[in-house]
Amino acid sequence: MNFPAHPLPAQSPRVVVTGAGIVTALGLGWQKNAEGFRTGKTAFRLVTLFDASRQRVKTAAEVDLPGKMPATLLSARQSARLDRASALLLLAAVEAWQQSGWQASDEIPLVLGTTSGGMPLGEDYFRQAVRTPRLHRRQPTRAFQYQSHSQSRIVLDALGLGGSVNIISNACASGACAIGQAWELIRSGAAEKVFAGGYDVLSQLVFSGFDALQALSPTRCRPFDKNRDGLAVGEGAAMLTLETLESAQRRGAEILGEIIGYATTIDRHHLTQPHPEGNAAFAAMSQACATAGVTPAEIDYVNAHGTGTPLNDSAEAAAINQWAGARAATLPVSSTKASVGHLLGGAGAVEAVVCLMALRGQWLPPELALETPDPVCKFPLVTQPQNARVNMVLSNSFGFGGINATLIFRRWA
Amino acid sequence: MSRIFITGYGAVSPAGWSAAEMQKVLADGKPLPVQPLERPGWEKPLRMRAVPAPAVRPAFLAHPRLRRSSPITHYAAGAMLEALKNLKPDSARRIGLIVCLQSGCVQYTHRFFEEALADPATASPLLFPETVFAAPASHLAALLENTPLVSTLMGDPATFAQGLALGADWLRQNRVDVAVVVGTEEINWLRADALWHLEHAAIISAGAGAVALCREAESSCGAELCAITKPQSYSARKSRTQAARAMREAFGPIENELLCDGLGDSPRTDAPEIAAWQNWPGRRLSPKTILGEGLVAAAAWQCVAACAAVAEKKFPSAIASLVGCNQQAAGVRFQACSGADKSDKL
Repeated sequence: MNFPAHPLPAQSPRVVVTGAGIVTALGLGWQKNAEGFRTGKTAFRLVTLFDASRQRVKTAAEVDLPGKMPATLLSARQSARLDRASALLLLAAVEAWQQSGWQASDEIPLVLGTTSGGMPLGEDYFRQAVRTPRLHRRQPTRAFQYQSHSQSRIVLDALGLGGSVNIISNACASGACAIGQAWELIRSGAAEKVFAGGYDVLSQLVFSGFDALQALSPTRCRPFDKNRDGLAVGEGAAMLTLETLESAQRRGAEILGEIIGYATTIDRHHLTQPHPEGNAAFAAMSQACATAGVTPAEIDYVNAHGTGTPLNDSAEAAAINQWAGARAATLPVSSTKASVGHLLGGAGAVEAVVCLMALRGQWLPPELALETPDPVCKFPLVTQPQNARVNMVLSNSFGFGGINATLIFRRWA
Repeated sequence: MSRIFITGYGAVSPAGWSAAEMQKVLADGKPLPVQPLERPGWEKPLRMRAVPAPAVRPAFLAHPRLRRSSPITHYAAGAMLEALKNLKPDSARRIGLIVCLQSGCVQYTHRFFEEALADPATASPLLFPETVFAAPASHLAALLENTPLVSTLMGDPATFAQGLALGADWLRQNRVDVAVVVGTEEINWLRADALWHLEHAAIISAGAGAVALCREAESSCGAELCAITKPQSYSARKSRTQAARAMREAFGPIENELLCDGLGDSPRTDAPEIAAWQNWPGRRLSPKTILGEGLVAAAAWQCVAACAAVAEKKFPSAIASLVGCNQQAAGVRFQACSGADKSDKL
């Protein structure tokens, strides 16, 4: 039963990550992405997935899918019909799953974050319904597969899972919220293990939407630069296997890091614009620190939401300044959206994996494109690859509609 | 164990802008009239049951955030505010908000994409933000003001049960004082066309349903949350029929209850749920046969009908059977609470 729920544990269990999978325009898998993020590579190119010729901006961070997908339990029919969103999610899921050493089970909940599921299929459905209304071919499949629970079904079937599926769509905070909800499920004793992450695929609708808002950068994405002029859109996915420390140690699993804090807040200021002072972002960071039992002085690096839009970055900078206080003067901050763009529902999950990489590798991901730091930033921005002592990192994710989410990770050593 | 009570419920449906109007047509038992829904390129229209215009323009539509919002938000706001109407005004009360949907903001999505394909340079920047699945929740949060926790869940109709479970958990952990769970959907021809491709017999509808949860018995409308089954996901390991059966079995022995099922006009789609409840001995109510296929909104109507049945003391308990179309099956049981039962601890 989901209700009545079992009693809350007297002491919440510690939650660790034992598997991580990642797919971005930098490449497939932990190794390629770690090298790319560590050195500050960028992965933008002219859009090839749809016609962007009439758009104001014509570049994005596209993923090159492999010619062959990894072997899974999917049927031949499912494999043949795999859509792009499912493929991205599956690649990340298989990598995380294999690393974790988990076994197929009906007891592992799946928590996913996405903003648009299989939207390109919905777009294909629309085009055919408008242009050739009486042509039925492929329409039932599209009507089914564009929905986000179709992608979750692919993960279940590919890995032999049968647990509950929770799909969170809190706009660009979706991936972080999915990991946060998974963390809460384990902390409350509802599950010992949860498979969680986020994904989003490039779609013409979303690309056109940000372009219509003139939110896309016509030059290059430079979060926190004084002369920043917008975001870049990307696509990707990341999945994490979360479990209790006790479970991981019992299995002798390799631990990639620990999640120690999470909070979510809502900014009611405007549907698309944050409060100028970043009130809700400040609250999310403060509450996440409270759940973790740490202070800003203990945080070694902030992976900012940092979209590169004038309004987001100034509000987030104000929030970081206020939250960090005196610590701000020495607290390194960067946004990895400078490398792979804004992955929307996948952003929070991908950035969670980047935080784990930084903790494991003891480095900070730089923004090489940043030229002139915005004076509003009272904190140092990471502009060059650098090694560092990193014990705790904080990751922000904010979304349209005002959901803000903050995750805090600790090094496992 | 903490008890969770129902403080109120609300509905916007093809029957009208209140749970009472919905209850009345459900009691009458006659399917509401079907209206034509024009489908470009076809002579024969699709069929729908639309939400009628409200008799009086709701005051909440004057809120600045709702000025440009789409019908899905209007329906959600109407149902949510009705569910919360019994609460005494208290600005310190923390309200958790969970919005559940499947198709989401299809009207603005359709309009925006049409504009973007025609000419990206003139596609309206006002439309795009309203296409986001999280937009209704954002608007509702602005309407409520003191909402420390807000989330949007996507999925098939059984997602509404997950929303109720999440709300109950927020209450259990004292993270909010009230949790309101809203299921909402809107209509356009494209969504109806997609449904038609999957099930020709289905009659599409729109609207919203809301159930508000609280911890205090004195705030109860006479109903309490009794059980929510663990969602049974459809997968290679478990068919929809097996999942529906597992959901039913999770309730154990049942007697003298009302069953608010999810049967509609689609024999093929309904088959697993029919099989799961084939030996059901008691009364049953099938809101979708009267109101139409409202997806997550219809799941919310089922729960509202179940709540109303026990709150009005027509049944000691009622079950909403939410056998989703393509993701999962879950059930929710409500029971009456009154007098001595209204203690907040067992």
